[in-house]
Formats: sequence, structure tokens, C-alpha cells
Amino acid sequence: MRLLTRAALLTLLALGATFLLDPYRNYQLATATGTFVAVAGLTLLVGLTGQLSLGHAVLMAAGGYGYAWAATWVATAVEGTTLADGAGGWLLPLLAGVAGAVVVAGLLGLLLGLAAARLRGPYLAGLTLALVIALPAAASTIPGLNGEQGVRAPFVPVPDPLALLIATEQWHAWLAILVAACAVTPLVAVRAGRAGLRMRAVHDDETAARLAGVDPGRVKAGAFVLSALAAGLGGAVLAIVTQQVSPGAYGLGFSLLLVVAAVVGGLGSLGGAAIGAVLVTLLPWVVDQATAALPADLGHRLQGNLEIALFGVVVIVVTLLRPGGLARLLPAKARSATSLPAKFFPTQ
Amino acid sequence: MRTAPLSSPRSVGTAAVLGLTTATALSGCSTPAAAEVPGVTEDTVVIGTHQPLTGPAAAGFASISAATAAYFDYVNAEGGINGRQIEYVVKDDGYNPANTQTVVRELVQEDQVFAVVGGLGTPTHSSVLDYLDQNGVPDLFVASGSLTWDQPEEYPYTFGFNADYVTEGAALAQYALDTEPDAVVCVLGQDDDFGEGILAGVELGLGEGEVATHQVYSTADQDVTAQIGAMKEAGCTHNVLGTINGFTALAVGTAAQMDWFPRWHVSSSGADHPTLVEYLGDDVAPVLEGLVSVNYLPNSPSSEWYELFSAINDEYNDGAPYTGNTTYGMSVGYQFAEALAAAGPDPTRESLVAAVESGDLKGNGIAPLTYSADDHFAHRTVRIAVVTDGVQDFTDDAYEVTEAGAVPVEPAQVPLENEGIPLTE
Repeated sequence: MRLLTRAALLTLLALGATFLLDPYRNYQLATATGTFVAVAGLTLLVGLTGQLSLGHAVLMAAGGYGYAWAATWVATAVEGTTLADGAGGWLLPLLAGVAGAVVVAGLLGLLLGLAAARLRGPYLAGLTLALVIALPAAASTIPGLNGEQGVRAPFVPVPDPLALLIATEQWHAWLAILVAACAVTPLVAVRAGRAGLRMRAVHDDETAARLAGVDPGRVKAGAFVLSALAAGLGGAVLAIVTQQVSPGAYGLGFSLLLVVAAVVGGLGSLGGAAIGAVLVTLLPWVVDQATAALPADLGHRLQGNLEIALFGVVVIVVTLLRPGGLARLLPAKARSATSLPAKFFPTQ
Repeated sequence: MRTAPLSSPRSVGTAAVLGLTTATALSGCSTPAAAEVPGVTEDTVVIGTHQPLTGPAAAGFASISAATAAYFDYVNAEGGINGRQIEYVVKDDGYNPANTQTVVRELVQEDQVFAVVGGLGTPTHSSVLDYLDQNGVPDLFVASGSLTWDQPEEYPYTFGFNADYVTEGAALAQYALDTEPDAVVCVLGQDDDFGEGILAGVELGLGEGEVATHQVYSTADQDVTAQIGAMKEAGCTHNVLGTINGFTALAVGTAAQMDWFPRWHVSSSGADHPTLVEYLGDDVAPVLEGLVSVNYLPNSPSSEWYELFSAINDEYNDGAPYTGNTTYGMSVGYQFAEALAAAGPDPTRESLVAAVESGDLKGNGIAPLTYSADDHFAHRTVRIAVVTDGVQDFTDDAYEVTEAGAVPVEPAQVPLENEGIPLTE
């Protein structure tokens, strides 16, 4: 109950904050929120069970494609019927799309999770890395994915009563925040509950966990599916915001950035995931602004390269100075509020 | 749950209340407001574009926006259009649709552009089509021949620049038949509207099912050996390519490595000889001899436009190598300047679009532009160009393409007037 109240308050706070931003910042906020959802799932997976996935971008893409298919299908189905009048015209495709994202990302996550339960460390990282590299080829081979061009998702217009008050970008930021709230709140609950404890147990010592009656395979697969669902919802958010899903958006660079966001924010910390997601969304933009001021020739050469170098530096600096990630910058009392109850860690 | 680690529920509550109060007080920052014409002031017009300055397509297309910028510098130095200087904001999208979405939002919301001009690429530009439409931003002269741009009902503000791919495909296939009645025609196309459009055009020219083999590549591919191998197997004599510059070079180069020298008939989007030479290197370049392509712009050293553009290129583009991209980029610039001049002394987004739809724009192509309220493409006539002794120049063959197919016509080059500065009324 306390968790739900806090979730509701934070969501309201985030919704209110969108009023402070101009449309472009709201667009950035929505993008960062989508990334946050995916990073939240990833940080839980890496931080709690120690499974390293380099391929979360593919799970996001899966969610995005799932969203685009389902939403387009429903939008075409309700078109011209009485359901399309009023809110149903955009709400039904939206809900169907989110459900589609959950199903597609969940299925892919389950498949990978089953493999993950049998693979250790670098092998899982290798498998997921291969997936990211295969995505463009898969997109041009699998008929429904439509190659480089990608799939379009229906536009979600601002509902009439709000149209005078807020712009499209702000509305999309609202939707992003709401989806994020629905996705991340369960993650918090899982992290603080029994399931989280089992994950930590498996991470620390599989044999000991097995002796205590915990099935490591099931726990690992479950954690992978959970983080896949979060990634899928993140992909759905990006599809809502940009009305497009294409393999170019989910390349290797982006996939590694998700890991960077999780590491920089602090593995296992959801607040850290938020910081990390904002960082990876804003840093490329800041770099772009900075290079635009340079002479054109030099600027073009730096563009796209400088930010990657910068991310490398950030990761090294953070790891050296704050091994726990940026989340450790927050007051210690604040951290303990979301971590496990003290009785689980009597000696710490 | 945005930022999980906050202390206690109570302080979160206080923060939330505080936040909401401030928010309500400041609300309106994101509220849609009716402003005067975005991007237009007394003495400037700001327009923007998205171009592949980095990434896989950069080598083939990065020089286009530089040429457009040089042409605008020339116009600005001559006093601009209706006393307004044209400010041209170029954003790099790396030919990645995800980046296009971001940079175009920047153009519209941050830079407040009047119009987007010459946005390059089919996959990239399709990803912002709806966004530009919803925001009522004129989306002029998209640098792609996808039929997507010609939907006046759905996208009233979007206009294509290139000859559409179906037109090009039909003309290339028809020319193959006209020069070699027993031609075995094959198609290699990009896996999007570009490749599909070229294929549709070739089928229009040859008849359904007459294409010996149809191969596809993706811009993410590293090589096209499998595709070229399959075409060689199929005994193709004439290969129609719906490929961008980099992949045209790759296809021709790969075939040469296999000791296979068929005829190449290439879309204007991937047949710029100087660019192809750059890709292949000078010692391999002779394989491009006899390469057939189509064009609708005055990209011929004998044209007076070419002469003017070369002079502008020397003066305002640091004498960058003159290629087909230079002609292309400057033609886009000229066409926009012409539209802006026709939009009247106080241009609005509506009057700009009306000027393009009026059909009064002539352009600088090998036939007058054909824009109208129900046709958002302007080049239905294309002229054949062939590489002879390392120089790509027009032949006297031109084709006008209608739904019935490609029909030979006489080219009717639009003459150069007023030193290439559009006249205002």
C-alpha cells in the first residue's frame, strides 16, 4: 500500500513537471522515460542475478514492433465503427499496442531466459550481443518488419478536452510516464520482496541457493522475462512517442548505452536507472550542440564519435570514483528506503 | 515511479504538492500557442533539412547540402529573396530514421524553421512524415523518389523532388529494350520503397513477369556478392539498379571481380559518375564505361545551368569537386528560392505551399516542373545519360512516363534566367 501511494505521488510529480518543459524538452523527457523503463529492467537483471545482457535493445525493439502491429491492427479494426468515436479511437489501439508489446517482448524474453538459465557470464553476453548484431538482417528478412524503413505505429492524438491545455509532446510525455509507472512499480515490489531475495541468493552462490530450496534456473529465467517485459514496455513508449519502429534505432551502440546507463546509475538501483537514462538521452544532444559550435569540418568528424568517447570516460570515472554508481550520491537514508529491509542484511 | 530513492512518503508528498503548485503556476510553457509565421522575420527566412553527413550514406550524399548552402550563399550575396536572407540549417541524421526523428523535432521546435527543404532518404524521411504533417510544416522537395511523397490528400504539405522511382525504372527498362530488343533484364534493389519503386517501373516498361531475376539488399549489408552471383547465374544482360551510390559501386565492382561485365542501368539516386569513381578508385573506374542512367536535372557540362553552378561552387563552396550531387543540391536550392519568391512579399506556410501547387514553378530541369494540387511530384520526364570516355553526359533520348509506360519525347530544358536568381513579383 505504501508502495502504491509513493508510486502514485511520484507519477503525479512527474506529470506536473511536464508543465515546466517546452515541447522539445517534453519529447526528450518521453524518450528518456522509455529508456528508463528498459534500463530499470536491465539494472535489476544485472544487479540482482548477475546475468549480463548486451541485447536489451532487441527486447525493446520487440516491444516496439509488438506495439506497432497490435495498435495498427486494432486502429484499422475500429476505424469506421462506433468505437472509434471519442476516446476509444486512440485508447483502444494504445491499450492493444501496450498488450502487444508485453506479449512479443515477453515471448522473446522467455526464449532468451530459458537459454540464460543454462548459460553463464560471457556466454549469455555473447548470445545477446549476437542478437543485436543480427537485428538489421532479421528486420530485412522477416516479412512483417519491413527492413530498414521499419514499421509505423498509429499516432495518439491529444484528447479533445486537453487539446487547448497541452501540446502533443507533453501528452506523449504523460503517456510515457504512465506506462513507466505501470512498468517500474512492479519491479520495485519484486526487488523488495521474496523474489528479489531469491535472485540475490542465486547471484551470491548457486549451490547454497539450491541447498536452500531455490531453483536457480527458474529464478534466472524469471528475472530475464521480467526485465524483457520492462524493455518491451520501454520500446512501446518509444513507439508511442515517435510513431515508428526501425532497426536503426536499436543498434549495437544504443544497446551498449543501456548497459552504460545501468552501470553509471548504479547496478540494481532503480533511481540510478533513472539518472542513467536521462544521462544517455541528454549527453548525445549536449555533444551535438557543442560540436555545432565548432568549425563544420571538425564538427562532422567529431559527430557521433565524441559522444561514444565521452560515455567511455564517464563510465571509467564513475567506476573509479563511485563504484556503486551515481545513485550512491543520494543520501544514505534515501537509499535504504528502497533497498531491502534491514533484517535481510543483519551484518551490513 | 520515476525517481525511486526519495526519503520517506511524507517528504515525497510535500515535494509532490510543492511541485504541482509550481507546475500549475508555470503551466502554459508547453501549451500550444498561435504565433506569427515561424522562421520568417523582416529580413530572414530560416529553413532546415536532415542529411546523412555521417554514417553509411555520407560518402554518397554529404556533398548535397553543402551545394545547397553554397547556392543560398550566392542568393543571399545578391540580396536574398524579397529582401530576406535564407538561413539554411543542416542537421546530420546519419541516414538512421531514429536520428531523423530527433533532429527534425529540433528543427521544428528549437530552430523554429519555416519549412523543411530537401530532407534526404526514404526510410529516414518516412519516419517524420506524420510529424511534419501534424505540425503543418511545409515539407518541400524531399530528396527521394518514393511515391509516399505524392499523397496530396493525406500529406498536403509534402512534395517530392526526384523523378519518382517508377518513372526512372520504366525509362531505364524501356531504354534497355530500345537498344537491345533481346535484353534479359534483371533488377537489384534496396529493400524499401526505392527498390520496390524501381522494380514496379521496370515491370511497367517490360510487362509483368518479364524480369529475369529480382535481387534485394539492405543498407546494413556489407557486400552484395550473393545477389550479383545470382544475377550472373540467371544470365542477365541488362541490370537495372535501384541502389544508392555506395551500393552501385559495390555491385559494379563485385561483378567486375567475377569477370562479368553486363550493361548497368542505374537510377539517378545512385549513378553519379564522379562519386562512383571516388568509391571504386581510379584504376577500377573504367568498368563504369557505358553505364546508363537517367536524370532530370541539367547535369551536363554543355548546360548553361551547369556553368553557373560551377561558378557558384568555386566561389561559395571552396571549389569542392563538382559532381552530380552539386547539380542536385543547387537545383534544390534554386527550386526553393523560386517557390519562396512566388509565395509573395509576406510568405506564410500556406502561401508557400499554394505557390508550389499553383503549377507556376518552372524549376531548372530537362522539362518544366509538373507540380499541381493533385500531383506532388514534378519530374515525369527523364533523360538518358551515358558514361563515355569517363564523362557522364546526356544522350538525345528522353522518356515521359505515364501509367501506360515510357514514351520517347524530345527533352525541353528550362532556360537559365536572371543569373539563376528567381524573379520576385
